[in-house]
Amino acid sequence: MNKYKADLHLHTVLSPCGDLDMSPTKLVIQAKRMGLKIIGISDHNSTKHAELISRLAKKEGIFVLCGAEITSKEEIHLLCFMPHPKSLKMLQRYIDKYLIKTAHSPKNFGEQLLVNEHEEVVAEEEFLLINAIDRSINEISDFVIDNGGIFIPAHINRAAYSLLSQLGVVPPDLVFHALEIYKYSPLNLVNEADYLKNITFIQSSDAHYIPDIGKATTDFYMNKLCFSEVKMALAKEQGRYCEIQNQTKEI
Amino acid sequence: MTIRELIKQLDLSVYSGEQALDKEFQGAYCSDLLSDVIGNAQEEQLWITLQTHKNVLAIASLKDICAIILVNKHQPNEDTKKASNEEEIPILGTRLSAFEICGQLYQLTQ
Repeated sequence: MNKYKADLHLHTVLSPCGDLDMSPTKLVIQAKRMGLKIIGISDHNSTKHAELISRLAKKEGIFVLCGAEITSKEEIHLLCFMPHPKSLKMLQRYIDKYLIKTAHSPKNFGEQLLVNEHEEVVAEEEFLLINAIDRSINEISDFVIDNGGIFIPAHINRAAYSLLSQLGVVPPDLVFHALEIYKYSPLNLVNEADYLKNITFIQSSDAHYIPDIGKATTDFYMNKLCFSEVKMALAKEQGRYCEIQNQTKEI
Repeated sequence: MTIRELIKQLDLSVYSGEQALDKEFQGAYCSDLLSDVIGNAQEEQLWITLQTHKNVLAIASLKDICAIILVNKHQPNEDTKKASNEEEIPILGTRLSAFEICGQLYQLTQ
């Protein structure tokens, strides 16, 4: 069993709130500097930087979970990662189909830039990526899981855009692989309620800026770096598991 | 009616955007879902909500909202107030619920 340090929630320059410095190239350099072995690429409602980052990161021995942070109809943020390029394309098409389309306004929200590995801008996303998609949290869960993906409601205890802020509870019928707790939370939160006892919790940086990458992480204990092993660790199967690293409360 | 007059009539607090209270508003929209406001709010409306984070201001700016009224004594975050002052979109407050403030506002403007 090996220990792999993971930060499963990272934004790039594509997310409107992502810093202009968060290019795929710079992101991978910083991830390596921080000793990360697994990173999750989760731009708001877009997967379009994930494969480039996966390719760049592989050269550095870093495994990438490719996906997006989808905003459901209830305005809950959800980390959705797909196992291979084909299913990733399906996820992108799903988002394209259901995204509530409104013209982007860089003045109000920031730039939504697609760049290449030389940090040259190749395109701009025309629709506002922080809008919701017209699917409920259960529908999105079903879609991701039916297609072999990993589904993790993001920062569930954050004051906005979270399971608890929008619904007040973790719905008992919701299927998920883990719950992400907010990066600024004390870790004893996860032990507070009985009904949370068997749930896998992760913590990630939700980094929108280079210096925040790897500031909150989860250690994965598994045999090798691949999607199926990550899934097993989240499910606590066959000896694989994951554990939130002890971090200082303030990032 | 101007925002200033409304504040007096409905006994609202002012959290930020004091320099823009003489604007006139046209109607109001009540919603806590940002995607709903993006889709349905009209310019110069007041926006009644309990959301206090910075994106509220970004959306208010996008939709040319006249002013925001926070219900149930909610108060804006510091960065939201800063944006409010920069965008000149006042953030007002009431201790009343959305239902109550909407009812009063509706009566006042009919």
